[in-house]
Amino acid sequence: MVSIVIFALLLTAGTGFFVFNAMKIRSNILLGRDLDRSDRSSERWKTMILVALGQKKMFSRPLPALLHLLIYVAFVITQIELIEIVADGLTGGHRTFRESLGGFYTFMISFIEILSLGALIATFIFLSRRNLLKLPRLNMAELKGWPMKDANLILIMEIVLVTCIFTMNGADEVLLSAETGEPLSYGFLISSILGPSMFGGIDAHTLHLLEQIGWWGHILMVFAFLNYLPYSKHLHILLAFPNTYYSNLNQKGKFSNMESVTAEVTLMLDPNADPYAAPAEPTGEPQRFGAKDVTDLTWKNLLDAYSCTECGRCTSSCPANITGKKLSPRKIMMDTRDRLVEVGDNIRKNGKDYQDGKSLLGDYISEEEVWACTSCNACVQECPVNIDPLSIIVDLRRYLVMEESKMPTELTGMLTNIENNGAPWQFSPNDRLNWANED
Amino acid sequence: MSTLKVPTMAEMFASGETPDILFWVGCSGSFDDRAKKITKAVVKILNHCNVKFAVLGTEENCTGDPAKRAGNEFTFQMQAMMNIQVLNGYEVKKIVTACPHCFNTLKNEYPELGGNYEVIHHTQLIQDLINTGKLALKGGGTFKGKKITFHDPCYLGRANDVYDAPRELIEKLDAELIEMKRCKTNGLCCGAGGAQMFKEAEKGNKEVNIERTEDALQTQPEVIATGCPFCNTMMTDGVKHFEKENEIKVLDVAELIANAAEL
Repeated sequence: MVSIVIFALLLTAGTGFFVFNAMKIRSNILLGRDLDRSDRSSERWKTMILVALGQKKMFSRPLPALLHLLIYVAFVITQIELIEIVADGLTGGHRTFRESLGGFYTFMISFIEILSLGALIATFIFLSRRNLLKLPRLNMAELKGWPMKDANLILIMEIVLVTCIFTMNGADEVLLSAETGEPLSYGFLISSILGPSMFGGIDAHTLHLLEQIGWWGHILMVFAFLNYLPYSKHLHILLAFPNTYYSNLNQKGKFSNMESVTAEVTLMLDPNADPYAAPAEPTGEPQRFGAKDVTDLTWKNLLDAYSCTECGRCTSSCPANITGKKLSPRKIMMDTRDRLVEVGDNIRKNGKDYQDGKSLLGDYISEEEVWACTSCNACVQECPVNIDPLSIIVDLRRYLVMEESKMPTELTGMLTNIENNGAPWQFSPNDRLNWANED
Repeated sequence: MSTLKVPTMAEMFASGETPDILFWVGCSGSFDDRAKKITKAVVKILNHCNVKFAVLGTEENCTGDPAKRAGNEFTFQMQAMMNIQVLNGYEVKKIVTACPHCFNTLKNEYPELGGNYEVIHHTQLIQDLINTGKLALKGGGTFKGKKITFHDPCYLGRANDVYDAPRELIEKLDAELIEMKRCKTNGLCCGAGGAQMFKEAEKGNKEVNIERTEDALQTQPEVIATGCPFCNTMMTDGVKHFEKENEIKVLDVAELIANAAEL
């Protein structure tokens, strides 16, 4: 009975705290500017099913994709076992569904065991890729400190979780024959072999204890993991779904149109516009051009930031980064998220209008990074969950150019040429057709 | 004296004619000495196939692409609105261009500002001319059996998913198309996009075009083909950097085709 109460309390606290943190993240994302992505819903579902559920883009790199798939499938399927754990925990029962499900139960647990073993192997390979083989994209400057620890911690939690599953099932297998005195087995594919070989000959009391350690260890890890998620880079396991659903479905080359600029340009080019007319009453709050801080970005940019799991495929395909420039699209996403967490916390603590004198551009992302981008879309193409670092970079450029007139001097010249000569170079517009008469 | 027939939109309009397609030459194709050769190759093909086309000539203006990528939306939209006024004034329906940056901007970014046209890249037009029998290649010409690698321009490939048209044209030359290790969706930028063409690169340990030229050199090509005047410049500079300009030519797909058709 005591254990039922403890379990119920843990379940409430574990899910409650997660929901509390999830709401915080939601309110942070909604600090972003409006953007309409409510259109083309069938196309959006299709994208989500292919890219998030089907992990289509992961498979451009087959080996990590396969390993990741092992962990992913194991994670999803193990959630079925979690239903029983919750049922057992709340009723004080033991393997509640076994009797009613019969052979199917044995099949499911065996299936979960195979997947768990696969996930365990994949986890060890992932740990060694990160820490022993030191893959370049997993050992870059922006990962120093917390991000690296975060990544390893998640993998270690995975190992603990799988160990708990096998301890629980293995001890249970041995217990069955120990308690009945007959060579009985649940028939779980792996633990029916693993159990006797590890726990064979141990007395029933210790076996019970081991089983309980496995059971409680498993569920505690689940609660710990759930509540660790909002503080880690690992939110992609949930946010990959909404993030791919709300993907940019336009051609990648199409940059957003700034409607506020269109209104002004239309007025400037309108021959009937009265130059002395009183300016129209401003509607809504004045917005700055482009983005200086996270609140100038769209909510999709912010959702992107929370969805990033720092895999670095973007950075490893970025021509600027490959050739030693400071720009790393992954860092753009990490900076955006870190700054958003800071801004969100500030607002909750000090009210909506609080300014801490810091901004995304300058305090987190430098101008040098922003100007190194070739807008080639390689980062956008590579991201397995359809994050778009390029649109953030462009909005930071827009702020620099349109609000502060800060840009590399050659670009000032280029822009002047376009405005004066209709070409980025200093040629006379009258010479535009000369090529037709040259040999 | 040039033998090219290059009618302007104004001339056609004055004589009451409407061209089937507008050839958008672009700033590079109009002013850059190397890119002008690409422009002429396109015109040779259009002339040979009797395509009823016209150019805007002095009425053409920068699409605003580099301004937009550099973050100056004002300059971009001013350019776009002026161009749209001209294009709509001539009731243009279809546009072909040899510059993927113009292609992308006209195709994707003009519609929201009131400019709705069918926009195609010159490799798509040439592909169509060959497929409909209007253009015949005389057995691949000088490129028959040669090793050719194709560098995907970002604004043609990833930005607009055009990967096949240029490759099919190269295959029509009876040449050996060899892909670089990074190609198609995975292709590496030449380093010119996003207004980088007009500025020095940020501090790093290498120029992007050198990195990309190394990719190309690994295929041991006789020709590096591309479909963008900026990529052409970057790859040409890269080949010169490795002092390979005597062995390896950097050519636009239009130049390959014009040559093979003996135009």
